[in-house]
Amino acid sequence: MAIDKPYLDVPGTTIFDAEQSRKGYWLNQFCTSLMKADNRARFKANERGYLDAWPMSEEQKLAVMSRDLNRCIALGGNIYFLARIGATDGKSFQQMAGSMTGMSEDEYRAMMLAGGRSVEGNRYLGEDGDAQPQHQPQGAAGKKGA
Amino acid sequence: MARITASAYTSHIPAIGAALDLGKTQEPYWKVVFDGYEFSKQWLAEHKPDVIFLVYNDHATAFNLDLIPTFAIGTAAEFQPADEGWGPRPVPKVIGHPELAGHIAQSVIQQDFDLTIVNRMEVDHGLTVPLSLMCGQPAAWPCPVIPFAVNVVQYPVPSGARCFALGQAIRKAVESFDAPLNVQIWGTGGMSHQLQGPRAGLINAKWDNAFLDRLIADPRGLSQVPHIEYVREAGSEGIELVMWLIARGAMADVAGGPAPKVVHRFYHVPASNTAVGHLILEDAG
Repeated sequence: MAIDKPYLDVPGTTIFDAEQSRKGYWLNQFCTSLMKADNRARFKANERGYLDAWPMSEEQKLAVMSRDLNRCIALGGNIYFLARIGATDGKSFQQMAGSMTGMSEDEYRAMMLAGGRSVEGNRYLGEDGDAQPQHQPQGAAGKKGA
Repeated sequence: MARITASAYTSHIPAIGAALDLGKTQEPYWKVVFDGYEFSKQWLAEHKPDVIFLVYNDHATAFNLDLIPTFAIGTAAEFQPADEGWGPRPVPKVIGHPELAGHIAQSVIQQDFDLTIVNRMEVDHGLTVPLSLMCGQPAAWPCPVIPFAVNVVQYPVPSGARCFALGQAIRKAVESFDAPLNVQIWGTGGMSHQLQGPRAGLINAKWDNAFLDRLIADPRGLSQVPHIEYVREAGSEGIELVMWLIARGAMADVAGGPAPKVVHRFYHVPASNTAVGHLILEDAG
């Protein structure tokens, strides 16, 4: 019998379970290596060369180089590990989290100051809240060409 | 014998530590957060424990994917603040209490909780931010601290019910230690927040405040709330709140004693991506 995964219908959310962890093992361990200042410097000097020393998939390497955190998470990354990339870039957790919504930094910060994202419409896939797939990207970026 | 005299609960948001370390506590954005802890600093100074048993989660710092213990107790003599990628926080090293920690490990394992014993680890913001909030910026932390790390990074994390039962086992362990120590137990993390995906930035003040109400008055009922409700209502990282149930389970009323006294309660949105929640409960006994 399969393991029950009741969290697969939460919109805009990837739960880091054993399956994700297995997919993302080397991606996350690469991130862990950035906890050392020397490694941060080596990575910044030559990102591609540094990544090539890790048995990560090409997709994972490209996601890291483009700083596409949503893609990194889809490929098994976990935010607490990915935060090491943000720290290497001098980014805060707020900048990192905001980058996954499509909003600008100012838009995301304003949303948080106004009390954060509402849970209404964002509990289950198929509702109409702002985190639902049909409303991405959020903020001004989602209105272009609309 | 040793006894647990109080429990404290607080978020451990890294940006709060950064704000303190960078001297931003008087900026309006942060002042309201730090003001919520002014009472707590005074209270801790007046109710200085001999040991703090500090429940927190490691954020892929001491434990990366090579090793993921569900419950880990720090039994070392000292613990250094970790470099989490921004350089180590400029805070004092954490002095442990190996005798009490070793005693608790032995007692709690014999009560059927399979703890991992850690004799060497660095501690991250999950442990140092609560100390900063409750103590300010001293040259040394006011007392020894026993770090107790809970896995809330890789799902499944321990259930609320398991955490609540563990708190009860920790209380028994403390009470069987043969020295007159005043021990506080702190539960940290939360409240509602989500740091990942298009749903990042989720805050649920109504749910958070109901959690605080039930933590005070109905912790046993609260401990039955399943993981999925934390995820759906309080965000994927809001699940850290199960750790508060460990501290709550160690209070006297759960073992048949009188209800604790609520001496402080604070709630504020936002700090960075997160709702800040804070509570101090004193055992009446």
